Amino acid sequence: MVETTVSRAAKATSPRVAKRIRGLSDRAIAWIFVAPTIFLLLAINIFPLIWTIRLSFTNYRVNRPNKDVEFIGLRNYERILTDTDIWMTMQATAHFLFWTLFFQVLIGFTLAWLINQKFRGNDLWTTIIVLPMMLSPAVVGNFWTFLYQPQIGIFNYVVAFFTGADVTSFSMIGDINLAPWAIVIVDTWMWTPFVMLICLAGLRSIPDSIYEAAECDRASKWRQFWTITVPMALPFLMLAVLFRGIENFKMFDLVVQLTGGGPGNTTTLTSIDLKREAFERWRTGYASAYAVILFVTVFGLASIYVKALNKVKER
Amino acid sequence: MSEFFNGLLRLRRGPWEMVASILIALGVFMLMQPFVLWAFTYSFIVTLVGTVMFIIVSHFPE
Repeated sequence: MVETTVSRAAKATSPRVAKRIRGLSDRAIAWIFVAPTIFLLLAINIFPLIWTIRLSFTNYRVNRPNKDVEFIGLRNYERILTDTDIWMTMQATAHFLFWTLFFQVLIGFTLAWLINQKFRGNDLWTTIIVLPMMLSPAVVGNFWTFLYQPQIGIFNYVVAFFTGADVTSFSMIGDINLAPWAIVIVDTWMWTPFVMLICLAGLRSIPDSIYEAAECDRASKWRQFWTITVPMALPFLMLAVLFRGIENFKMFDLVVQLTGGGPGNTTTLTSIDLKREAFERWRTGYASAYAVILFVTVFGLASIYVKALNKVKER
Repeated sequence: MSEFFNGLLRLRRGPWEMVASILIALGVFMLMQPFVLWAFTYSFIVTLVGTVMFIIVSHFPE
């Protein structure tokens, strides 16, 4: 009889250990395998979350460890939710979130649809298009600050070429009206390829036979697009929006490198403001309440989004 | 419409999830809208109620 690895391992196991293992139920063995993951999840995710909720009801400051920590009830929440600066920060985040998702979905889906058409060199184009998302956000933020420079940046020259405006008449990251759009443009440039890749996966999963059947029924290309392509790629598109939505809600590095939250507070997104409260002003309890508000918002949005995604998949 | 209210009364998952989703969406809109400060002030409680409700009602029968 051929001796397998399992039988060799069984022979090598001492009788005492073998007896103990044989005594375990399948459920117990399953728990042994799952326990390290659950432990890590509790230690890294659940415990900090509970601790943050606890701190949000106190006046704790991490730079004053010897000061007595007082329970102040809902005062931190009250202060945050009546602060007009934080209200402006939320609006800046909403502007960033809405327009980045809008442009990324629009351009990403269009690019995916174009790449999905059979033409020579589409693999090369795919590689070129996905290059921006392979770069570090810090690097992207840094080199776009040069591209946006009013005197030497190429961006102003391109805009001036198409609009006829004076090259130095505007500054993308120095103007309070243009800076919010500057960060939208950079994020769109960097992350549209990600949306494109997911949409491309969706488009390539549609069997040709469906299009052939539509051709037999003499459906126009326009009708095929709206009744086959879009509905079948929709779950993928929604997944891309979910990923990008959550990522952009906590956008930090790219914007800090590009504008530093300025001019004024026009590009201060919630995550930047939260970091300032926690690690520059050292108001840990206040920052914890801020984090809890953002967490509940993202969690609630993700819940209804996943429900919608499941409904689309069931269709 | 009456089916929706019947579902609510019989504690069915679908209509209750719908109510929770509307509350969450309303809360997020209130949080990020640029019009009135009071809506921003009460946004968190609306989102929180919606989120907790969503977690609870997702265990209701279909």
